[in-house]
Amino acid sequence: MKAIRIYAIFLRQFYLIRDNVTRFFQIFIWITVDIALWGFLSKYLSGATESTLSFIPLFLGAVLLWDFLIQVMQGISMSFFEDAWSHNFLNIFASPLRISEYVTGLALSGIARSILALVVMLTLATIIFGFSVFTYGVSLIFFLSILFLFGIALGIFGISIVLRLGPSAEWFVWPIPAVLSPFVGVFYPLSTLPQWMQFVGHILPPSYVFSGIRGIVNGEALSIQTLIFGIVLSLVYIAVAYGIFVLAYRRVVRTGLIIRYSAENLS
Amino acid sequence: MNLVLEVSGLTKTYKDITAVNNISFSVKSNEIVGLLGPNGAGKTTTINMILGVLEPTEGTVHIENNNIAKKRSEALSRTNFTAVYAQVPGNLTVSQNLYIFGLIYGVANLQTRIGQLLQEFELERFKDVKCGALSSGEQTRVSLAKAMLNKPHLLLLDEPTASLDPSTAQVIREKIKDYAAKGTGGVLWTSHNMHEVENVCNRILFLSHGKILLEGNPKTLPQEYGKKDLEELFIAVAREPLTFELT
Repeated sequence: MKAIRIYAIFLRQFYLIRDNVTRFFQIFIWITVDIALWGFLSKYLSGATESTLSFIPLFLGAVLLWDFLIQVMQGISMSFFEDAWSHNFLNIFASPLRISEYVTGLALSGIARSILALVVMLTLATIIFGFSVFTYGVSLIFFLSILFLFGIALGIFGISIVLRLGPSAEWFVWPIPAVLSPFVGVFYPLSTLPQWMQFVGHILPPSYVFSGIRGIVNGEALSIQTLIFGIVLSLVYIAVAYGIFVLAYRRVVRTGLIIRYSAENLS
Repeated sequence: MNLVLEVSGLTKTYKDITAVNNISFSVKSNEIVGLLGPNGAGKTTTINMILGVLEPTEGTVHIENNNIAKKRSEALSRTNFTAVYAQVPGNLTVSQNLYIFGLIYGVANLQTRIGQLLQEFELERFKDVKCGALSSGEQTRVSLAKAMLNKPHLLLLDEPTASLDPSTAQVIREKIKDYAAKGTGGVLWTSHNMHEVENVCNRILFLSHGKILLEGNPKTLPQEYGKKDLEELFIAVAREPLTFELT
């Protein structure tokens, strides 16, 4: 892999976001709405119930971390869609750029975008709702790592779908986090779910993050081994997602679909 | 002269349709080869297979001895292309696009090279303009500048002057002729403008129904087949390919 080519893919996204106000603010609009909505709800629940539970780190913290994962995923998929929308596939795939360099460049764009979003979310949550990131202690590093890595895996999986089925398939990608959220127990323990949903939840790394948050709020000791397992599982997902992307790429090169995506209008 | 492109037994079939049928040809350095044929003859399919974005059913493509199927990145770092259906992204400026593609192609002294190309293709006043806001002719010049960024040893041009006015097209033709004559690169050029082909190409390949039917010097080939000029020969090949297949 050549770093300069990875940088080129990253730089293209940087130019696009820097030079376009809509793209720039689009990163922050939904997360701001989410923080406001869940922040006020958490505040209300804290005052309205006699529960000893601390709702701010429980709900607002969970939303903040879930949105962080979505930002990582969307950062990758948006960067790929920019190439689809501007009919740039042929220029990209008929260049010396390797698939691994392209995907790494997209992942870097996703990481940069999500860090930006995380800073804004933390700032808003801290200033408006008194959220303290230090509530989670050292575990936060594990939480963010798991969500980072799993977000990358989801992003690569999402763009594989679009590469295989064409640009119009982007509508399959946007709802992926929403589809997964009931299974990973963002707001409730996995034990709330039916057995088969619990099984799915256990093989999804974010479940370990959200059960970890609840554990901290309830004053339980956190298993580092479980969090490390979450990280390893996320890495496995990245490898699988990358394999799917490579298979999709080979398929569209064999069938000529990649040329059609470049040449024809979105259909 | 060295071979920059060697195509051997190239075939592409889609279910029961054969788009390209067992073609073999080569391009040497300092040579401009015209790939001619009617719509649907297999020209663009051939170019796409050379560029590695379409996998051949059979056959091989070597760019300076690098098999595109095995050493894709090495082969494509010596290649570049422009096609009417592959304009550079319209949402970046001219200089941003050239900078990004320059990084991808590993161009040395990139800023200097971009400056040269902006001047050469008369794009200096558009350097900070988004490509999508340019006229089609200006966009074609940007694509040509992108294609020349890495001083490719193999330059693939799919109807490069299709959207240019006659004056600009003539300037571009001269630039590419000059590039092929002075540099180390070879050019594979498709066009439907027979006067252009006669003017720029050292050799032509006539493709019809995925097969190469004729090959030769564009200046002498029409006479060899009893035709007035290249356009008349083109029409004859396009309408009666079987006659030429048998010769």
